[in-house]
Amino acid sequence: MREKILNYIEHNSRIDMSDLAVILGCDEVTLANELEAMEDEHIICGYPTLINWDKTGVEKVSALIEVRVTPQRGMGFDKVAERIYNYPEVNSVYLISGNCDFMVTLEGRTLREIADFVSDKLSPLDSVLSTKTNFILKKYKDHGTIMAETHRDERELVSP
Amino acid sequence: MRNPLNKTITEIQPSGIRKFFDIVAEMPDAISLGVGEPDFDTPWKVRDEAIYSLERGRTFYTSNAGLKELKVEISSFLNRRYGLEYNPTNEMIMTVGGSEAIDIALRAMLDPGDEVLIPQPSYVSYEPCTVLAGGVPVFIDLQEKNEFRLTAEELEAAITDKTKILIMPFPNNPTGAIMEEEDLAPIVDLVIKHDLFVLTDEIYSELNYNGKPHISVASFPGMKERTVYINGFSKSHAMTGWRLGYACAPEMIIQQMLKIHQFAIMCAPTTSQYAAVTAIRDCDADVEAMRDEYNARRRYLLHRFEDMGVKCFEPFGAFYIFPSIQQFGMTSDEFATKLLQEKKVAVVPGTAFGKSGEGFVRISYAYSLDALKRAMDRIEEFVKEHNN
Repeated sequence: MREKILNYIEHNSRIDMSDLAVILGCDEVTLANELEAMEDEHIICGYPTLINWDKTGVEKVSALIEVRVTPQRGMGFDKVAERIYNYPEVNSVYLISGNCDFMVTLEGRTLREIADFVSDKLSPLDSVLSTKTNFILKKYKDHGTIMAETHRDERELVSP
Repeated sequence: MRNPLNKTITEIQPSGIRKFFDIVAEMPDAISLGVGEPDFDTPWKVRDEAIYSLERGRTFYTSNAGLKELKVEISSFLNRRYGLEYNPTNEMIMTVGGSEAIDIALRAMLDPGDEVLIPQPSYVSYEPCTVLAGGVPVFIDLQEKNEFRLTAEELEAAITDKTKILIMPFPNNPTGAIMEEEDLAPIVDLVIKHDLFVLTDEIYSELNYNGKPHISVASFPGMKERTVYINGFSKSHAMTGWRLGYACAPEMIIQQMLKIHQFAIMCAPTTSQYAAVTAIRDCDADVEAMRDEYNARRRYLLHRFEDMGVKCFEPFGAFYIFPSIQQFGMTSDEFATKLLQEKKVAVVPGTAFGKSGEGFVRISYAYSLDALKRAMDRIEEFVKEHNN
């Protein structure tokens, strides 16, 4: 049941609760209880909206920053990650395998803002050995959604 | 000048759907719920495989019966999903959609005067294909009270000593009806008792929502030798435009179907056949995701009709619901036309699928939930305005 709910709202969190109950074939009270429980358990962590900022007048710059660090004794990478993710301009922090330790995504209004963050805040951290900043030039797909897509129904209007 | 035309074809009426299409086409802002094909794109890996096959220059004919590799995959698919056993070498033929399979099966089996039992409402091509093959269509009017399933009584009443073939159109377009194991068993007994053949069109077999596996009539003991089993990729894998279906039958029947196919068609589209190998081998998860989505929409539509007080039996197959519109005192045709004119929603009158579709309309849920919601809001207004 939980999996069915999550699979659905992951891509459509705005769906009306009574409609969701109907299409999942459960009653609304059960659904509401499950959702509340999953919010409490932090399985559902939020209901953000996927926005294609390129189509608005708002200037935004985002970057993927590869960060190499020295893990701290007794606390591994978690303590370092915390020092990074607490900055509000940081969008996401992943511990990854491969050439670097963290992948940090960052959003700012200008290139300068991101450069300043890297040079003033991120690089000076004691545990940070090196950073490599990749600016995002164009977002094609995000959260499973193709950004540019304008899907037109080109089927015949009526068919057998 | 002499009449250039064949008498039989000129006497066949064009599809009722076509007539309705012409009306809808003049209303560009109408919301259509009249489409008989999936709204999903063909899974990308299938399209990608097609592109690759073109890049590799695989643009020749395949053998008449189709690509060996594909037939082997289909054979194992039919076995794992429905417990059917067909030899890919001599009991299977790839066709241009399920429709070609219907046509050539009837042509391969019928002699003039042979009767073909066609349960209706059902897909539009069984009747004309029967007539073109020289057969005589005999209709069985399915009943809403039986959820549009075929019953043994209905079948028995229609059988004569001229009856040769029973068409089994389940899961059904337009009603969404299915036949479960206990519905099929008495039908099978009668078919064997009266020495009939069955043409089973199971193109919607993967779209089945009753939580149990789809049962094919061909899987009953004694039925394989008297059944032509038809399926394809159009509905299950959202591949309507690829025009790829197949028929499985005893070798004796396949051999004759193959002759018609090789002279009229040569072979099914090569690119589609290469793509279909990937479809059948790697796309179970995609098919399941589409099925889940259809099921969600099906529940939504049933719920909306129930709320409006419009009677609709629960269909467990395909992607159609078939609500009754008898409470409005209009024919199906009038209802559909009025709904289109007043609320700009296109549905297909039940009568487009046979006389017994009178009093019903076909609503397709091969549309996004948002589109369905908008359409249902309009239908709800219409229902309020016209409820007697």
